[in-house]
Amino acid sequence: MMNVAFSVNGKPAELALDTRTTLLDALREHLKLTGTKKGCDHGQCGACTVIVNGQRINSCLSLAVQHQGDSITTIEGIGTPEKLHPMQAAFIKHDGYQCGYCTPGQVCSAVAVLEEIRRGVPSHAQADITARAAFSAAEVRERMSGNICRCGAYSNIVDAMTEVQEASA
Amino acid sequence: MKAFSYERATSPAQAASIVASKPGARFLAGGTNLLDLMKLEIETPSHLVDVQDLKLDRIEKTDQGGLRIGALVSNTALASDETVRRDYGVLTRAIVAGASGQLRNKATTAGNLLQRTRCPYFYDTNQPCNKRKPGSGCAAIDGFSRQLAVVGTSDKCIATYPGDMAVALRVLDATVETVLPDGKVRTIPLADFHRLPGTTPERDNALEQGELITAVTLPAPIGGTHIYYKVRDRASYAFALVSVAAVLRPDGTGRVAFGGVAAKPWRVEAAEAALPQGAKAVADRAFADAKPTPDNAFKIMLAERTLAAVIDQAKG
Repeated sequence: MMNVAFSVNGKPAELALDTRTTLLDALREHLKLTGTKKGCDHGQCGACTVIVNGQRINSCLSLAVQHQGDSITTIEGIGTPEKLHPMQAAFIKHDGYQCGYCTPGQVCSAVAVLEEIRRGVPSHAQADITARAAFSAAEVRERMSGNICRCGAYSNIVDAMTEVQEASA
Repeated sequence: MKAFSYERATSPAQAASIVASKPGARFLAGGTNLLDLMKLEIETPSHLVDVQDLKLDRIEKTDQGGLRIGALVSNTALASDETVRRDYGVLTRAIVAGASGQLRNKATTAGNLLQRTRCPYFYDTNQPCNKRKPGSGCAAIDGFSRQLAVVGTSDKCIATYPGDMAVALRVLDATVETVLPDGKVRTIPLADFHRLPGTTPERDNALEQGELITAVTLPAPIGGTHIYYKVRDRASYAFALVSVAAVLRPDGTGRVAFGGVAAKPWRVEAAEAALPQGAKAVADRAFADAKPTPDNAFKIMLAERTLAAVIDQAKG
């Protein structure tokens, strides 16, 4: 067992955990923040995506003890039913999901992707790698490829992200 | 997952000395490959030495006009670096062709070099695999081998090195800097870093137990047109069937390395000398000693055609 302390959605959390506990299991099983989902548990599906120190990561491929002092944002910290994040509202409006299981990961990733484009992080979709990427459907599709949706809501997710991008531009 | 103890190292030499002195100890950086393998009990370390506090996360100019990339620089940070994008474009291209945004945010430069094979028989603990369990045999050679190596193989193993970044580093003549458990440092040319399987496929690379990568260095920029062309089963987030990293000059000469075909980035200098004669001349030489399986023989023609596309692209 080891002690670890980090902040989740702005609130401090202190846990005594088996070293094997992933960040995903610490969030779901110990802090009862079950919005973050376990899909494949091997970094292939993106359902477990959370934002750590401003970067989206797969929480299933990270040990909780690696995150001492980190600042973690889960879907519960993105928005609430009473106060939806604009990305959540856009997912609802554009039907960006069917069963909803991948949605928390999709939303966390989508919020981070818009930020990554703003910051100038390059992507495979760019023709000129020295330029800053402009927002486009092709950029979104490439940058969201780590989030699998078994229901196939992809085109509606692109529409939702486009709306949020246009509203903030 | 097997139980393990965990600690955070405070210096590279200390990290190296702990891992060398404790049987079953391993370094932990981003963890995106190691934790996956630990869940499957393919990797079963008894002690993890987390190196995240070692301040190896900077990209600096070298006195020789090149670049020194800290071992812990994330894939995203390396691909985003303005100097890399301008002067070593093939490296940014290769990194963004691999994995997903989430993984690139966590994966490190050193960890990516140490990424283990994605051979399905390495991953399936019910199957024999000489890389996972030395002496147990190779289920891949007569198995589902479409994804696997065609050149540099042995009768013990046909696994590939799966990464993209290292293929670009190979054409850029990168060097790996390490610290040994006794505190000494050494440099290993990337050409000699990954090992071909031979009779000991369990050893992926030239590192000794406890030897820690501290940086990857690039020589001064060489100009030219930088291209990374990756062919895969889906358009994003898949391992390469074949990839080509190339730096081509206007006169048709240049450098080329192939990914997805061997246990290491496959660059044959005598083959790339034939670049002015075209893709077939290069591929004939680079794959002269290839021993493909019936399942993956297509990779040799695919490599030639991918290189032809790269040469066309360089001509603009």
